[in-house]
Amino acid sequence: MSIPLVYVVWRAVDVPLSDITAVLMRPRVQELTLNTLGLSLAVALTALVMGVVIAALLSRVRFRGASSLLLISALPLAVPSYLASYGWLVAFPGLNGFLPSWLLLTAVTVPYVTLPVAAALRGTSAEGEAVARTLGLGPLRAFVDVTWPQVRPAAVAGALLVFLYTLSDFGLVAMLRFETLTWGIQQSFAASFDRSQAAILALLLVVIALVVVAAERSARGQVVTSRAKLATREPVGPLSRTLALLVVLAPPLVGVVAPLAGLAARLFQAETLRDIDLSRLGLATAATIGVSVLAALVALAIALPLAALAARYSGRWVGALETLGYLPHALPGIVVGLSLVFFSLAVLPPLYQTATILVFAYAVLFMPKALGTARSSIEGVSPDLVNVARTLGARPLNAWARVTLPLALPGLGIGALLVAIATMKELPATLLLRPTGVNTLATELWSRTSAGEFAGAAPYAAILVLVAAIPAMILSGVRRTAKEEL
Amino acid sequence: MPFRVRSKTSILLAGLVLMATGCVAESEPTVVVDEVADSSQASEDVAVVSGSDDYVILYSGRAESLVQPLIDVFTERTGIEIDIRYSGTSELAAQVLEEGEQSPAAVFLSQDAGALGALSDAGLLASLPDSITSRVDPDYTSRDDSWVGVTGRARVIAYDSETVALEDLPTDVDEIVAPQWSGKIAVAPANASFQSFVTAYRVIRGESAADQWVSGLVMSDPQKYDKNSAILEAVEAGEVSLGLINHYYWYRMASERGGDQMRAQLYFLPAGDPAAIVNVTGAAILQAQSSDLDATALVEFLVSDEAQEYFVTTTFEYPLVPGIGAPEGLPELSELAVGDFDLSDLRSIATTQELLRNYGLIF
Repeated sequence: MSIPLVYVVWRAVDVPLSDITAVLMRPRVQELTLNTLGLSLAVALTALVMGVVIAALLSRVRFRGASSLLLISALPLAVPSYLASYGWLVAFPGLNGFLPSWLLLTAVTVPYVTLPVAAALRGTSAEGEAVARTLGLGPLRAFVDVTWPQVRPAAVAGALLVFLYTLSDFGLVAMLRFETLTWGIQQSFAASFDRSQAAILALLLVVIALVVVAAERSARGQVVTSRAKLATREPVGPLSRTLALLVVLAPPLVGVVAPLAGLAARLFQAETLRDIDLSRLGLATAATIGVSVLAALVALAIALPLAALAARYSGRWVGALETLGYLPHALPGIVVGLSLVFFSLAVLPPLYQTATILVFAYAVLFMPKALGTARSSIEGVSPDLVNVARTLGARPLNAWARVTLPLALPGLGIGALLVAIATMKELPATLLLRPTGVNTLATELWSRTSAGEFAGAAPYAAILVLVAAIPAMILSGVRRTAKEEL
Repeated sequence: MPFRVRSKTSILLAGLVLMATGCVAESEPTVVVDEVADSSQASEDVAVVSGSDDYVILYSGRAESLVQPLIDVFTERTGIEIDIRYSGTSELAAQVLEEGEQSPAAVFLSQDAGALGALSDAGLLASLPDSITSRVDPDYTSRDDSWVGVTGRARVIAYDSETVALEDLPTDVDEIVAPQWSGKIAVAPANASFQSFVTAYRVIRGESAADQWVSGLVMSDPQKYDKNSAILEAVEAGEVSLGLINHYYWYRMASERGGDQMRAQLYFLPAGDPAAIVNVTGAAILQAQSSDLDATALVEFLVSDEAQEYFVTTTFEYPLVPGIGAPEGLPELSELAVGDFDLSDLRSIATTQELLRNYGLIF
């Protein structure tokens, strides 16, 4: 799991210390670092605030069709960031720099906060809020004082995922020409085939991630469990309801509807429409679904022991292990891909360019997406229940398998689905590690757009979004833990 | 404490199970590929005594839609099966550098000379036989026979025909950085083709003039893109007035959108101008597979008359084999040749990168 980290350090130690400092002292490196930090923090904070607000609105305001609204708010997850930016560029070719990168990345990552917080809110009682209101607090204050502590772990864990996503994103910032560290890493390969310089920049990403993961651990707080009853939804006036609806719909409009409209426009612009090769489309779809499901299962298998440890113990070693698990997520796909090229050829040459290494790479890249939700859902299982099982004679592992695991299952499912969605959209590591001749929807999309065939790319883009929308939709319906059923 | 299986969870699980069974069926092609890979492993042992097993792995930095039809012809003709790995040229080069001696690839097809140079410098390329190297105009191939030029692309200016009149276009590379184009010119500084243009400028007009030109470019606030195709899109959308690209990208877009419908039009600088040099795409055989006769046959095919004609008519690129005509409507290759400059001067690309780095144009 920490193969990419070992690789990056290995490549970087090749470089004399004086050269490392020379690279780090370059004004451009500092500029890229500041750009990266600024963008990642801005996106994570905006997604945190918007995600909590949207989740709160969805669970506390009486909308018509509230459950389909939640489903719609999950859809931006299905849109790869490179596709979102491409769609916008069709309509507004001048878009570039910080502002559009910030807004678009926020739109496609908000569900990482919205979904877990909405799930957590369904598990919390609105009674406390009602009591606070009777004691004279306004609705906002009541929410902040009473409900926020209960959803804080879910919200902060989601924001961490958003931060790491932004840190490692290359496709969107490249298209919107905002120069971040991932862009510098890509340029190190493209302009001068300089793997050492790329490794130094990747190490910078790791250091940033290290600081932020540590910060998240202290900001996360303890899960406050409360006996849940279904929250009451408040009726509000038409004006406020329209405003609330706008806020809820903003991310799907910006992250899904607008880019897809742009793609469709490009499709109609084409003079020559090549025939769609249906069997190819089918093969790519099957390959995409296959590797995604396998990656989700493997990632979950890796995340589960880590999450179980992190949920029940708070020792220094457990913390370090959990932190280590998060770090590969900060690295761009090309670095993780190259590290596995290196690793599999050194250790398991027969497995090189097979589905096994590809799936393993996805699991390494995206396991952190499962880690947070797995941990918080295991935390949500009351230790009392496990203790009861123990007093009834169950051995620890047995008690865990029969009590903790079933109760935490919905949360684990969320993690697995997040991994599956991310895998479907992944491109750089897929290009490096896929078996020669095998295509996923993302690589098919890439091979067409890179040849300038935007019309030919459209069906692949459409199917990719559709296929990724399925787990996103399932996600919006999964509860965080089963505890409200008790 | 009874708890019932909640419907949503069971739906989720059923979905996962369904997908899992689906992927069992799906993994079949993967297995097939593994077997094929095994057979290539076996070929390595045979290959020591040099031979043919009718199978080659090709790493292609060029797009599938352009390469595959040509390779299909080769396979039909020779019976040699080719498995092709498509990716970006620089990503593939990074991959081969990482793979080293263990690379499964026998042939590398590159979008530019820079990537081939990097592989050659790492000692990963085999020396090509005379049957291949003698086919190609020596000005457009490697000096040490480590790779062979396959096609040529002219550096051109794409301009926005709605806002720029033909007579107002620069007639010399130095006019590109004149004040009237400030903020309106697009470049791709990390791209190998841009860097070889700047290298040509250095070689032809000298280091200090080149320094001045790059500094002039930076002063005129260029719009930076990561690749030629993005520049062309920007010109086509009217975002910028001028873009420095390779001619071939325009023809590619024109084949999908119709050349006379396009806002972006092509303009060739006069012969002899450093901004009008020719870049090449090329092919090489990996050292580890140097005795694979199938690999040699494949590269021979790429510089055959038939393949060269294919590139002329399908991708509108310049053929590099003498005697084959340039694509219609394009100036002859000999008209574009730039005086003292030849591809071996691209060795000094590191100096160019240092120059661009000094001005913050690349990283």
